[in-house]
Amino acid sequence: MYMRPESLENVRTHYCAGCGHGIIHKLLAECLDELEIRQNTILVAPVGCAVLAYKYINVDGLEAAHGRAPAVATGLKRARPENIVISYQGDGDLLAIGAGETLHTANRGENLTVIFVNNAIYGMTGGQMAPTTLEGQKTLTSPYGRNAAEVGFPIRACEMLDTLEAPAYIERTSVHNPGAVRKTKKAIRKALEYQISGAGYSFVEVLSMCPTNWGVDPVTGASWVKDAMIPWFPLKKFRDRPAENAEKEAS
Amino acid sequence: MKRGIPRIDAERCKGCGLCISVCPKTILSRSEDVNSQGAYYAFCHDENSCIGCNACALMCPDAAIEVHAPEEVA
Ligand SMILES: Cc1ncc(C[n+]2csc(CCOP(=O)(O)OP(=O)(O)O)c2C)c(N)n1
Ligand code: SF4
Ligand SMILES: [Mg+2]
Repeated sequence: MYMRPESLENVRTHYCAGCGHGIIHKLLAECLDELEIRQNTILVAPVGCAVLAYKYINVDGLEAAHGRAPAVATGLKRARPENIVISYQGDGDLLAIGAGETLHTANRGENLTVIFVNNAIYGMTGGQMAPTTLEGQKTLTSPYGRNAAEVGFPIRACEMLDTLEAPAYIERTSVHNPGAVRKTKKAIRKALEYQISGAGYSFVEVLSMCPTNWGVDPVTGASWVKDAMIPWFPLKKFRDRPAENAEKEAS
Repeated sequence: MKRGIPRIDAERCKGCGLCISVCPKTILSRSEDVNSQGAYYAFCHDENSCIGCNACALMCPDAAIEVHAPEEVA
Protein backbone atom coordinates (compact mmCIF):
# COMPACT_ATOMS: atom_id res chain seq x y z
CA MET A 1 0.00 0.00 0.00
CA TYR A 2 2.97 2.23 0.63
CA MET A 3 6.46 1.15 -0.42
CA ARG A 4 9.74 2.98 -0.03
CA PRO A 5 10.53 4.58 -3.43
CA GLU A 6 13.27 2.92 -5.48
CA SER A 7 14.95 6.22 -6.29
CA LEU A 8 15.82 6.68 -2.62
CA GLU A 9 19.27 5.31 -1.81
CA ASN A 10 19.34 2.64 0.86
CA VAL A 11 21.30 4.80 3.31
CA ARG A 12 20.66 6.70 6.50
CA THR A 13 20.44 10.46 5.96
CA HIS A 14 22.27 12.95 8.16
CA TYR A 15 19.10 14.96 8.71
CA CYS A 16 17.85 15.59 12.23
CA ALA A 17 14.84 13.68 13.55
CA GLY A 18 11.66 15.23 12.16
CA CYS A 19 13.40 17.35 9.50
CA GLY A 20 11.19 18.21 6.52
CA HIS A 21 14.03 17.68 4.04
CA GLY A 22 13.61 13.92 4.47
CA ILE A 23 9.91 14.05 3.60
CA ILE A 24 10.58 16.20 0.55
CA HIS A 25 13.42 13.91 -0.66
CA LYS A 26 11.05 10.97 -0.36
CA LEU A 27 8.34 12.72 -2.41
CA LEU A 28 10.82 13.71 -5.08
CA ALA A 29 12.03 10.10 -5.26
CA GLU A 30 8.44 8.88 -5.60
CA CYS A 31 7.86 11.28 -8.51
CA LEU A 32 11.09 10.21 -10.24
CA ASP A 33 9.92 6.59 -9.97
CA GLU A 34 6.41 7.29 -11.23
CA LEU A 35 7.53 9.44 -14.16
CA GLU A 36 10.39 7.01 -14.92
CA ILE A 37 12.93 9.81 -15.20
CA ARG A 38 15.50 8.71 -12.61
CA GLN A 39 17.98 7.72 -15.33
CA ASN A 40 18.09 11.13 -16.96
CA THR A 41 17.57 13.49 -14.04
CA ILE A 42 20.30 15.77 -12.74
CA LEU A 43 19.84 17.21 -9.25
CA VAL A 44 21.64 20.43 -8.42
CA ALA A 45 22.20 20.48 -4.67
CA PRO A 46 22.47 23.70 -2.66
CA VAL A 47 24.71 24.82 0.16
CA GLY A 48 22.55 24.17 3.18
CA CYS A 49 21.45 21.05 5.00
CA ALA A 50 20.49 19.46 1.65
CA VAL A 51 24.09 19.73 0.46
CA LEU A 52 24.30 15.94 0.14
CA ALA A 53 20.89 15.46 -1.50
CA TYR A 54 22.42 13.60 -4.46
CA LYS A 55 23.80 11.01 -2.05
CA TYR A 56 20.28 10.18 -0.90
CA ILE A 57 18.43 10.34 -4.20
CA ASN A 58 19.80 7.97 -6.81
CA VAL A 59 20.29 10.43 -9.66
CA ASP A 60 23.22 12.28 -11.14
CA GLY A 61 24.07 15.33 -9.10
CA LEU A 62 26.05 18.50 -9.11
CA GLU A 63 26.96 20.72 -6.19
CA ALA A 64 26.57 24.45 -6.73
CA ALA A 65 28.20 27.28 -4.79
CA HIS A 66 25.90 28.91 -2.23
CA GLY A 67 22.89 30.46 -3.98
CA ARG A 68 24.10 29.60 -7.46
CA ALA A 69 22.07 26.43 -8.00
CA PRO A 70 19.60 27.94 -10.52
CA ALA A 71 22.47 29.44 -12.52
CA VAL A 72 24.23 26.06 -12.61
CA ALA A 73 20.91 24.42 -13.49
CA THR A 74 20.43 26.92 -16.32
CA GLY A 75 23.77 25.97 -17.86
CA LEU A 76 23.05 22.28 -17.46
CA LYS A 77 19.60 22.47 -19.00
CA ARG A 78 20.75 24.60 -21.92
CA ALA A 79 23.67 22.28 -22.67
CA ARG A 80 21.67 19.09 -22.09
CA PRO A 81 18.00 19.83 -22.79
CA GLU A 82 17.31 16.09 -22.90
CA ASN A 83 17.96 15.87 -19.14
CA ILE A 84 15.50 16.74 -16.38
CA VAL A 85 17.20 19.36 -14.22
CA ILE A 86 16.12 20.11 -10.67
CA SER A 87 17.47 22.88 -8.47
CA TYR A 88 16.82 22.01 -4.79
CA GLN A 89 17.39 24.94 -2.41
CA GLY A 90 16.83 26.27 1.09
CA ASP A 91 15.66 29.75 2.03
CA GLY A 92 19.10 31.13 2.79
CA ASP A 93 20.40 29.75 -0.48
CA LEU A 94 17.43 30.79 -2.63
CA LEU A 95 16.40 34.14 -1.14
CA ALA A 96 19.51 35.58 0.53
CA ILE A 97 22.79 35.00 -1.28
CA GLY A 98 21.00 33.56 -4.33
CA ALA A 99 18.12 36.02 -4.64
CA GLY A 100 19.52 37.42 -7.90
CA GLU A 101 19.93 34.00 -9.49
CA THR A 102 16.46 32.98 -8.35
CA LEU A 103 14.81 36.04 -9.85
CA HIS A 104 16.62 36.00 -13.16
CA THR A 105 16.29 32.26 -13.75
CA ALA A 106 12.55 32.61 -13.26
CA ASN A 107 12.45 35.76 -15.37
CA ARG A 108 14.17 33.99 -18.26
CA GLY A 109 11.63 31.20 -17.98
CA GLU A 110 14.29 28.49 -18.06
CA ASN A 111 12.76 25.07 -18.62
CA LEU A 112 13.79 23.64 -15.25
CA THR A 113 12.27 22.91 -11.86
CA VAL A 114 13.11 24.65 -8.60
CA ILE A 115 12.16 22.99 -5.30
CA PHE A 116 12.36 25.58 -2.55
CA VAL A 117 12.48 24.26 1.02
CA ASN A 118 11.35 27.12 3.26
CA ASN A 119 12.11 26.34 6.90
CA ALA A 120 12.36 29.99 7.98
CA ILE A 121 15.96 29.64 9.14
CA TYR A 122 19.54 28.81 8.16
CA GLY A 123 19.57 25.19 9.25
CA MET A 124 23.03 24.03 8.32
CA THR A 125 24.94 26.84 9.99
CA GLY A 126 23.11 26.52 13.28
CA GLY A 127 19.99 28.64 13.14
CA GLN A 128 20.62 32.18 11.93
CA MET A 129 17.85 34.47 10.67
CA ALA A 130 16.81 33.86 7.05
CA PRO A 131 14.92 36.09 4.60
CA THR A 132 11.85 33.99 5.45
CA THR A 133 12.24 34.12 9.25
CA LEU A 134 8.91 35.32 10.64
CA GLU A 135 8.41 38.61 12.46
CA GLY A 136 9.16 38.07 16.12
CA GLN A 137 10.82 34.69 15.48
CA LYS A 138 13.86 34.19 17.67
CA THR A 139 17.01 32.91 15.99
CA LEU A 140 20.71 33.06 16.80
CA THR A 141 20.99 36.39 15.01
CA SER A 142 17.60 37.75 16.09
CA PRO A 143 17.67 36.83 19.77
CA TYR A 144 14.81 39.24 20.58
CA GLY A 145 12.77 38.12 17.58
CA ARG A 146 12.89 39.40 14.00
CA ASN A 147 12.30 43.12 13.98
CA ALA A 148 10.89 44.18 10.62
CA ALA A 149 11.76 47.84 11.17
CA GLU A 150 15.40 46.85 11.34
CA VAL A 151 15.78 43.94 8.91
CA GLY A 152 12.62 43.99 6.80
CA PHE A 153 9.65 41.66 6.56
CA PRO A 154 9.90 38.00 5.62
CA ILE A 155 10.00 37.63 1.84
CA ARG A 156 7.30 35.71 0.02
CA ALA A 157 9.07 34.00 -2.87
CA CYS A 158 6.02 32.73 -4.78
CA GLU A 159 4.29 36.11 -4.68
CA MET A 160 7.46 37.80 -5.90
CA LEU A 161 7.99 35.38 -8.79
CA ASP A 162 4.31 35.63 -9.65
CA THR A 163 4.92 39.22 -10.78
CA LEU A 164 7.15 37.94 -13.59
CA GLU A 165 5.84 37.17 -17.04
CA ALA A 166 7.76 34.00 -17.87
CA PRO A 167 7.22 31.33 -15.19
CA ALA A 168 4.86 28.51 -16.14
CA TYR A 169 4.03 27.04 -12.76
CA ILE A 170 4.27 28.44 -9.20
CA GLU A 171 2.81 26.75 -6.14
CA ARG A 172 3.34 26.83 -2.36
CA THR A 173 2.67 23.69 -0.35
CA SER A 174 3.67 22.27 3.04
CA VAL A 175 4.62 19.00 4.74
CA HIS A 176 3.14 19.56 8.21
CA ASN A 177 0.51 16.79 7.97
CA PRO A 178 -0.29 13.82 5.71
CA GLY A 179 -2.81 15.76 3.59
CA ALA A 180 -0.29 18.51 2.97
CA VAL A 181 2.34 15.91 2.10
CA ARG A 182 0.02 14.45 -0.55
CA LYS A 183 -0.52 17.91 -2.07
CA THR A 184 3.21 18.56 -2.10
CA LYS A 185 3.80 15.39 -4.06
CA LYS A 186 1.16 16.41 -6.59
CA ALA A 187 2.82 19.80 -7.02
CA ILE A 188 6.32 18.34 -7.47
CA ARG A 189 4.98 15.83 -9.95
CA LYS A 190 3.17 18.49 -11.94
CA ALA A 191 6.27 20.70 -12.00
CA LEU A 192 8.34 17.83 -13.38
CA GLU A 193 5.68 16.94 -15.94
CA TYR A 194 5.75 20.53 -17.19
CA GLN A 195 9.51 20.41 -17.53
CA ILE A 196 9.21 17.15 -19.47
CA SER A 197 6.66 18.68 -21.85
CA GLY A 198 8.82 21.79 -22.26
CA ALA A 199 6.29 24.15 -20.67
CA GLY A 200 9.01 26.20 -18.98
CA TYR A 201 10.03 27.30 -15.50
CA SER A 202 8.33 25.58 -12.56
CA PHE A 203 8.70 26.57 -8.90
CA VAL A 204 7.42 24.65 -5.89
CA GLU A 205 7.89 26.21 -2.44
CA VAL A 206 7.47 23.74 0.42
CA LEU A 207 7.02 24.96 4.00
CA SER A 208 9.16 22.63 6.07
CA MET A 209 10.23 21.86 9.62
CA CYS A 210 13.62 22.53 11.21
CA PRO A 211 12.80 21.43 14.76
CA THR A 212 16.46 21.48 15.82
CA ASN A 213 17.05 25.14 15.12
CA TRP A 214 13.55 26.19 16.10
CA GLY A 215 14.32 24.61 19.47
CA VAL A 216 11.17 22.49 19.55
CA ASP A 217 10.31 18.80 19.32
CA PRO A 218 9.33 17.52 15.83
CA VAL A 219 5.59 17.35 16.52
CA THR A 220 5.54 20.92 17.85
CA GLY A 221 7.55 21.88 14.78
CA ALA A 222 4.86 20.53 12.47
CA SER A 223 2.22 22.51 14.40
CA TRP A 224 4.33 25.64 14.14
CA VAL A 225 4.31 25.38 10.35
CA LYS A 226 0.52 25.38 10.46
CA ASP A 227 0.00 27.99 13.17
CA ALA A 228 2.80 30.45 12.43
CA MET A 229 4.11 29.94 8.90
CA ILE A 230 0.97 29.32 6.84
CA PRO A 231 -0.75 32.57 7.93
CA TRP A 232 2.20 34.52 6.47
CA PHE A 233 2.97 32.12 3.62
CA PRO A 234 -0.47 31.02 2.36
CA LEU A 235 -0.66 27.64 0.62
CA LYS A 236 -1.77 28.36 -2.91
CA LYS A 237 -1.33 27.58 -6.55
CA PHE A 238 -0.23 30.95 -7.85
CA ARG A 239 0.12 30.06 -11.47
CA ASP A 240 -0.52 27.15 -13.79
CA ARG A 241 -0.08 28.51 -17.31
CA PRO A 242 -0.34 25.19 -19.15
CA ALA A 243 -3.67 24.43 -17.44
CA GLU A 244 -4.90 28.00 -17.96
CA ASN A 245 -4.00 27.82 -21.66
CA ALA A 246 -5.72 24.46 -22.06
CA GLU A 247 -8.84 25.94 -20.47
CA LYS A 248 -8.76 28.94 -22.81
CA GLU A 249 -8.44 26.68 -25.83
CA ALA A 250 -11.33 24.54 -24.66
CA SER A 251 -13.69 27.51 -24.23
CA MET B 1 -13.12 -2.32 6.00
CA LYS B 2 -9.73 -1.43 4.56
CA ARG B 3 -6.85 -3.01 6.44
CA GLY B 4 -3.13 -2.55 6.47
CA ILE B 5 -0.04 -3.58 8.33
CA PRO B 6 2.56 -0.93 9.13
CA ARG B 7 6.13 -2.16 8.81
CA ILE B 8 8.51 0.15 10.65
CA ASP B 9 12.25 -0.26 10.08
CA ALA B 10 13.44 0.25 13.65
CA GLU B 11 17.05 0.75 12.56
CA ARG B 12 16.13 3.52 10.13
CA CYS B 13 13.83 5.30 12.58
CA LYS B 14 15.17 8.43 14.28
CA GLY B 15 12.34 8.55 16.80
CA CYS B 16 10.90 11.89 15.69
CA GLY B 17 7.37 10.77 16.57
CA LEU B 18 5.63 12.40 13.58
CA CYS B 19 4.04 9.06 12.66
CA ILE B 20 2.78 8.59 16.21
CA SER B 21 1.18 12.05 16.13
CA VAL B 22 -0.70 11.53 12.84
CA CYS B 23 -2.00 7.94 13.21
CA PRO B 24 -5.80 8.27 13.37
CA LYS B 25 -6.08 4.97 15.26
CA THR B 26 -3.32 5.91 17.76
CA ILE B 27 -1.74 2.46 17.43
CA LEU B 28 1.86 3.66 17.14
CA SER B 29 4.07 4.30 20.14
CA ARG B 30 7.66 4.87 21.09
CA SER B 31 9.86 1.99 22.19
CA GLU B 32 11.41 1.83 25.63
CA ASP B 33 14.76 0.69 24.29
CA VAL B 34 16.91 2.34 21.65
CA ASN B 35 18.20 1.25 18.24
CA SER B 36 21.87 1.39 17.24
CA GLN B 37 21.55 5.14 16.57
CA GLY B 38 20.28 5.68 20.09
CA ALA B 39 16.77 6.55 18.93
CA TYR B 40 13.60 5.53 20.72
CA TYR B 41 12.07 4.04 17.58
CA ALA B 42 8.37 3.87 16.78
CA PHE B 43 6.49 0.59 16.69
CA CYS B 44 2.91 -0.55 16.18
CA HIS B 45 1.28 -2.05 19.24
CA ASP B 46 -1.99 -3.07 17.57
CA GLU B 47 -1.65 -4.14 13.92
CA ASN B 48 -5.21 -5.44 13.84
CA SER B 49 -6.55 -1.91 14.14
CA CYS B 50 -4.58 -0.47 11.20
CA ILE B 51 -6.89 0.93 8.50
CA GLY B 52 -4.13 1.24 5.86
CA CYS B 53 -4.44 5.01 5.49
CA ASN B 54 -0.66 5.49 4.94
CA ALA B 55 -0.58 8.61 7.15
CA CYS B 56 2.45 7.36 9.10
CA ALA B 57 4.38 6.43 5.96
CA LEU B 58 3.60 9.77 4.31
CA MET B 59 4.93 11.73 7.29
CA CYS B 60 8.07 9.68 7.93
CA PRO B 61 11.11 11.82 7.01
CA ASP B 62 13.28 8.72 6.86
CA ALA B 63 11.05 6.54 4.68
CA ALA B 64 11.31 3.98 7.47
CA ILE B 65 7.66 2.95 7.22
CA GLU B 66 5.95 0.81 4.62
CA VAL B 67 2.28 -0.08 4.84
CA HIS B 68 1.51 -3.52 3.46
CA ALA B 69 -1.80 -5.07 2.55
CA PRO B 70 -2.65 -7.94 4.93
CA GLU B 71 -2.62 -10.49 2.07
CA GLU B 72 0.93 -9.38 1.10
CA VAL B 73 2.28 -10.42 4.48
CA ALA B 74 -0.03 -13.32 5.20
C1 LIG C 1 29.50 31.92 0.02
C2 LIG C 1 29.01 31.32 1.29
N1 LIG C 1 28.46 32.13 2.22
C3 LIG C 1 28.00 31.60 3.39
C4 LIG C 1 28.08 30.26 3.61
C5 LIG C 1 27.57 29.70 4.92
N2 LIG C 1 26.30 29.00 4.79
C6 LIG C 1 26.26 27.65 4.64
S1 LIG C 1 24.70 27.06 4.55
C7 LIG C 1 24.05 28.61 4.75
C8 LIG C 1 22.58 28.86 4.79
C9 LIG C 1 21.76 27.62 4.86
O1 LIG C 1 20.41 27.91 5.02
P1 LIG C 1 19.31 27.45 4.00
O2 LIG C 1 19.69 27.79 2.61
O3 LIG C 1 18.01 28.01 4.47
O4 LIG C 1 19.32 25.86 4.08
P2 LIG C 1 18.81 24.90 5.25
O5 LIG C 1 20.05 24.38 5.91
O6 LIG C 1 17.95 25.68 6.18
O7 LIG C 1 18.06 23.82 4.53
C10 LIG C 1 25.06 29.57 4.88
C11 LIG C 1 24.83 31.01 5.07
C12 LIG C 1 28.65 29.45 2.61
N3 LIG C 1 28.74 28.13 2.75
N4 LIG C 1 29.10 29.99 1.47
S1 SF4 D 1 19.37 21.59 11.09
FE1 SF4 D 1 17.22 21.81 10.48
S2 SF4 D 1 17.21 21.74 8.21
FE2 SF4 D 1 19.19 20.92 8.96
S3 SF4 D 1 18.91 18.68 9.11
FE3 SF4 D 1 18.46 19.54 11.13
S4 SF4 D 1 16.24 19.90 11.13
FE4 SF4 D 1 16.87 19.64 8.99
MG1 LIG E 1 16.57 27.14 5.64
